Amino acid sequence: MSPLIEVRGLRYRYEDGTVGLNGVDFRLEPGESVALLGPNGSGKTTFALHLNGLLRGEGSIQICGLPVEKQNLPAIRRKVGMVFQDSDSQLFMPTVVEDVAFGLLNLGMDSAGALAKARAALETVGMSAAETRAPYHLSAGEKKRVAIAGILAMEPEILVLDEPTTFLDPLGHRSLAELLAQLPQSKILITHDSRLAAALCNRAVFFEAGQVSAEGPVDMIVARFGWDLAWERSKLRS
Amino acid sequence: MHIPDGFLATPVWATLDVAAAPAVVYLTRRAQRTLEENKVPLLGVLGAFVFAAQMINFPVGPGTTGHLVGGALLAFTLGPAPASVVMVAILAIQALVFQDGGVLALGANIINMAIVGVLAGYLPFHIWGETRWRRFSLFAGGALSVLVSACLALAELLISGVRMPVSVLSISLALFAVSALLEGAITLAVMQALERIQPKTVRHPQPGGSPVLAFIGLTAVLLATVGVLFAAGGPDGIEKILNLHPASLHSTFLRQASAGILGLVLIYVACLVIGRVAGRPRSL
Amino acid sequence: MRHVVVDCWARGSSLLHRRDPRAKIVALLVFLIALATTSRGLPLFACGLLLLLVAALLWARLPVWGALVRAGIVLPFSAVFAIVSWLAGDPARGASLLIKSYLSALAVLLVISTTPLPVLLRGLEGMGVPHFLLDVGQFLYRYFFVISEEAQRMNQAAAARAASSWQWAVGQRFRASAGALGVLFARSYARAEDIHRAMLARGFQGRFLLLDATRFRRADLLFTAFASLAPVVLRIALDRVSA
Repeated sequence: MSPLIEVRGLRYRYEDGTVGLNGVDFRLEPGESVALLGPNGSGKTTFALHLNGLLRGEGSIQICGLPVEKQNLPAIRRKVGMVFQDSDSQLFMPTVVEDVAFGLLNLGMDSAGALAKARAALETVGMSAAETRAPYHLSAGEKKRVAIAGILAMEPEILVLDEPTTFLDPLGHRSLAELLAQLPQSKILITHDSRLAAALCNRAVFFEAGQVSAEGPVDMIVARFGWDLAWERSKLRS
Repeated sequence: MHIPDGFLATPVWATLDVAAAPAVVYLTRRAQRTLEENKVPLLGVLGAFVFAAQMINFPVGPGTTGHLVGGALLAFTLGPAPASVVMVAILAIQALVFQDGGVLALGANIINMAIVGVLAGYLPFHIWGETRWRRFSLFAGGALSVLVSACLALAELLISGVRMPVSVLSISLALFAVSALLEGAITLAVMQALERIQPKTVRHPQPGGSPVLAFIGLTAVLLATVGVLFAAGGPDGIEKILNLHPASLHSTFLRQASAGILGLVLIYVACLVIGRVAGRPRSL
Repeated sequence: MRHVVVDCWARGSSLLHRRDPRAKIVALLVFLIALATTSRGLPLFACGLLLLLVAALLWARLPVWGALVRAGIVLPFSAVFAIVSWLAGDPARGASLLIKSYLSALAVLLVISTTPLPVLLRGLEGMGVPHFLLDVGQFLYRYFFVISEEAQRMNQAAAARAASSWQWAVGQRFRASAGALGVLFARSYARAEDIHRAMLARGFQGRFLLLDATRFRRADLLFTAFASLAPVVLRIALDRVSA
């Protein structure tokens, strides 16, 4: 079976000239879920933004066999559903249901169909009651769910989630993890939460300075790079 | 200064509403053309910024603080037409949601603050923005945007017959002058901060167009405003303006209306001239 | 924040809330124009209009006293001019300024308290206002609260660092506030870029496509007719009576 995502030799420079990505290779097979781990500024988000053509670098990227080029972008952006770190920047419409329907209307669906699908997506994430509310009145966890609904409505094959547990309290973490575990799509999860990564992902890729340092099972990568939030209290006290 | 409903005479607010409508449509189309692509989020978010920025306090002296109005700042970072569109949106929301400024008076407030104010603020920057007078042009732009829009508002109130003895008039003008200087100072300070933090957001106006024509336009606006203010100052204001008119106009209504309309047509034409000059496409 | 209360009122479900926004806009304009063009017999007319507005507030199940107080936001400004007019020997004009500005504010408050702003803006779109301008307005309203919160946090942080003596500190605090505004601007600009990316990621092609707007129904027509005629009829009746 052909991979869902195949990236070869991806290079990217920021506007000011600094190197963002320095030759990244990556594959996502159908049914897999991969965690992207690594320090802040190591290029994880920059990498993710290439997957649906929001950033353009050098090298080759293929999504479900389609090269990331201008004419393929509409199809690719439907297949790759991206949930951004800041939900406020993602929920930009005046009400919840209008936001979830946004992508569907852009795909050319008629109003009635879009409304029905939007409602179904809200049902999936458990936010049906919030249909007519304004995003400003929602909590961080609720906003994240609505953002996910907006992506699910477009029926993507791949979900890319950029640090989804930011701003969430422990209860929010758990309930988000439960929701994500139920979703059948392949996932790319950028996170600092090693337990979430271990629970949801088959393997992990560790980024450092715009390159992939290592990849393998989540536990192995976490242990190798010390990427766990827990530490020994005794070490702090000495 | 946001003019509430009930202050302006009917010929004044009606004329200004009629004048503002096509101007807003024109500026909206122009803004859409001058921005690289559909930049609705950028204009909306920066409009929210200006709104929110009015909460940040600038110390002016013991116990007193002032705040940014923002028209000139928007013009320097977005260009005059997009800045006008943002200001129109701000004024409309202020009128509807916060009852800050009237609904029938929206035309007047839009012309004062979103059109003439923004243009007057942009003009010094357009002329001197690329020269060694850049800092002065930033300051002058901020000051002019507030001063001209406040004076226009005052002129409209006076034409409408709102009582304002010379003492009150002088105090108002003094307050406007202070606000103008403050706006200039804040605008300059923020632009300097921006040039350090995020230089790409600051525009560099291309020299070109005709500074002479622009000067004439601005002078016309200032003369019209000052002229109306002086002529209308005090309770005899309306009569003084009316003495300029031919005796064939009998009805008081028509007299008031034509006095108002004459002054405002002058201002409107001047604005169009300035707009054409400042917005002329540059040859690269 | 002041607006939170009105925002709450706007989410009610009375019959007035459910009317098409265009009907309410037309009724508002007729009301405002009728008020603005009245000079003779203003006090009596104003009482009639006030009764109309109070009746509408009751119909909308809104707190009448709360609305009357909220509309008073315009009074300080008008009072200054009213006092000046009175001292200049024209008390009638002073009273007119107060009455007209207050009643206009109350009428606008009634509309915004029964129509969430996004719905009102959509209504204006159906009346010929350029959609680009209205879309900017929608985004402005959506992000106003978000950025205000950021601004408040920066204000608190700046206040916490302020020196106690003001003489030498004014210049520094001025620069600090300007720096705060610069940072807020840069963050807002960056947020706008994030939003744009999120829009593109969901297939945005350049135009905002909307779910169906509300249809103008017979109830809306009846409301428009009645609400528009009421002030006009009142005015004509008062003119006849005083003649």
